[in-house]
Amino acid sequence: MLGNEAIARGAYEAGVKVSSAYPGTPSTEVSENIVKYDGIYAEWAPNEKVATEVAIGASMAGVRSMTMMKMVGLNVAADPLFTAGYIGVNGGMVLVVADDPGIYSSQNEQDTRMIGRAAMVPVIEPADSEEARVFTKYAYEVSEKYDTPVILRTTTRLAHSQGVVNLEDRVEVDDKIYERNIAKNVMMPGNAIKRHIDVEKRLNDLTEDACTMPINKVEYNDTKIGFITSGIPYQYVKEVLPNASVLKLGMVHPLPKKLIKEFASKVDRLIIFEELEPVIEEQVRAMGIECDGKNIFTIQGEYSANMLREKILGEKIEVKAAADAPARPPILCPGCPHRATYSVLKKLRIHAAGDIGCYTLGAVNPLGVVDTTVCMGSSISTLHGMEKAKGKDYIKNWVAVIGDSTFLHTGVNSLMNMVYNKATGTVIILDNSTTGMTGHQDNPATGKTLSGEEANVILLDELCKAMGVKNVVVADPFDLKNFEEVVKAEVAKDEVSVIIAKSPCALLKSYVPKGKCIAIPEKCKKCGMCLASGCPAITKNEDGTISIDQTLCNGCGLCMSNCKFDAIELKKKGE
Amino acid sequence: MAETKNIMIVGVGGQGTLLTSRILGGITVLAGYDVKLSEVHGMAQRGGSVVTYVRYGENVAEPIVEEGQADVLIAFERLEALRYSHFLKKDGVIIVNDQRIDPMPVVTGVAQYPDNIIENLSKEHNVLALDAMDEAIKMGNSRVFNVIILGAAAKRMDFPKEQWIEVIKNTVPPKTVDINVAAFEKGYELFA
Repeated sequence: MLGNEAIARGAYEAGVKVSSAYPGTPSTEVSENIVKYDGIYAEWAPNEKVATEVAIGASMAGVRSMTMMKMVGLNVAADPLFTAGYIGVNGGMVLVVADDPGIYSSQNEQDTRMIGRAAMVPVIEPADSEEARVFTKYAYEVSEKYDTPVILRTTTRLAHSQGVVNLEDRVEVDDKIYERNIAKNVMMPGNAIKRHIDVEKRLNDLTEDACTMPINKVEYNDTKIGFITSGIPYQYVKEVLPNASVLKLGMVHPLPKKLIKEFASKVDRLIIFEELEPVIEEQVRAMGIECDGKNIFTIQGEYSANMLREKILGEKIEVKAAADAPARPPILCPGCPHRATYSVLKKLRIHAAGDIGCYTLGAVNPLGVVDTTVCMGSSISTLHGMEKAKGKDYIKNWVAVIGDSTFLHTGVNSLMNMVYNKATGTVIILDNSTTGMTGHQDNPATGKTLSGEEANVILLDELCKAMGVKNVVVADPFDLKNFEEVVKAEVAKDEVSVIIAKSPCALLKSYVPKGKCIAIPEKCKKCGMCLASGCPAITKNEDGTISIDQTLCNGCGLCMSNCKFDAIELKKKGE
Repeated sequence: MAETKNIMIVGVGGQGTLLTSRILGGITVLAGYDVKLSEVHGMAQRGGSVVTYVRYGENVAEPIVEEGQADVLIAFERLEALRYSHFLKKDGVIIVNDQRIDPMPVVTGVAQYPDNIIENLSKEHNVLALDAMDEAIKMGNSRVFNVIILGAAAKRMDFPKEQWIEVIKNTVPPKTVDINVAAFEKGYELFA
């Protein structure tokens, strides 16, 4: 099982009844697997804040609940989390938060353990798929025993690695009785002051009890070197130094201080081996214990076994230098509707304030349209900030681009701000009818729920109109001529405009290609216009003409529309 | 088997490296090994260079394969074979689909697609190059080229053919079982 599948299994076995999440690599598969189990209600929420609040509500009502997100999603959910830490739980509550060391699919490399510390909630970290299952169950025990939400922290390498997992039966946990308790559940100042005392006491109790928790494990072997480690880095230690002594932490916040002191006293050299920030190391040093850590190992990226071989064993790793191969960065797929939108923006020399999704890839050449990307929903508000800084004429060659799912996540309130504060900018909602980058999850605009049932549909155009946007245009970006006219007209207006660029993702199962594009070399003038939109199905031949890979082409016809010499034709399906 | 076996599957996002690695993982579990698989999801999948690792043996800790450690490199595209060739052990084997997909820097003209990749790799490694895409198109479904390559790789591994087919049946989408099994047989027989 993938680490993420194992977490879903653990949640099932723990008797979880409610799960709510927003997709985010590398956490998405937890939801996609949890929904397969009977006895669990699982949903996609529009964003992580909403999902966390749903989990809080379910916990208050007395059942075990779960929410899952990537680490930047926890920033969105930070508001409910910090206060849920004060309130505690009724039914157990776990937040699965996936970090991304090495930044495979994220906009930064933040360390969730630091947020766990700031929020004063315990953080539990498994090291393989089987532990992911077992620790998930244990997290609910901790949650209910200590009256606290618990963060189960994973990383990309754990979430997306498969390992052998044992299965146990589901434990049907009786619902806790709901009792009105405003001192605990209503966080106004007078109550919060008292709860803060409870939170501190809880952390002290956990610090003490963590010394005997089964998830914190001491392996005494050769005591010349002792490692304190957790999660995937533990596997590298076992791979390279199977005979070293190890204190493997399953709970990475709060730390079992007595246990650490005892372990440190028994080994000659103490090494803290942790990916990302020196969270454990700084606390160990603050206890007055000498250790090695970030003085040897990097803060950036993923760790490896070779790192230990080199830095600890002093081995010289003789590896051949990597071959000189041109990079292959990710790109928009053949048939992607974003490519059509961007080819129009490029032609009109319009800059785009970008957002989080596949369409961020519009930043790179040959499209080179997207200028900025910060976080979910930020495209609309950053465009607004530019206008307020420099005036409405300054943004006449700018638009904001945002996907349908991202717009519903946190773009809506940014648009509300534009309308309210009399902005004049143009927002293009790239509506491809799915949450594309994370692998095609449904959202409130797609008409389907996580479990595949028919859902109420949020109509993007009606929503924008209801917020007071007077200019709302729905247009197909592949109708290049019309789309160009629409963009020109809306950008020129001194009012907020929303253009909904509507065309489905070419990877959707429901997408049926019209056919395949084929090049006609005799007509080709070698101008390169078809190459300008960066479709990976098109390659330039040595003589300057082009070939279109028939296995890659999705028949969107963008290259054909951009060719002035009719040197590309669409071979319709069945012809 | 005392030593852990390290296999890498590399290709271009969308070529089906995940499915292939899951079949490989399935067969090692069936044979009673401890196994770890590591995959890449998310943005990197969008036409980028992708790599998955399969490690199996008696007791596997680390989920990834590092430079100089791979026993087998299965590459779905020539340039990707070149890119990851330094992960191979000295006597490691490359099984490469003889196909060229230009990365964007080549399309835009800022980089050149290297010439003679297979010839150059063959100087230092044991290379099996095959045009699986051509075979897949002949079979009527270009997408199963990955399972053809897997068939060729399977011929060089120690698991019985019937077990492979059992795992394929359990791993691929139900509607595609027949074509995938046929593709596997094709690779197994054709590139012996």
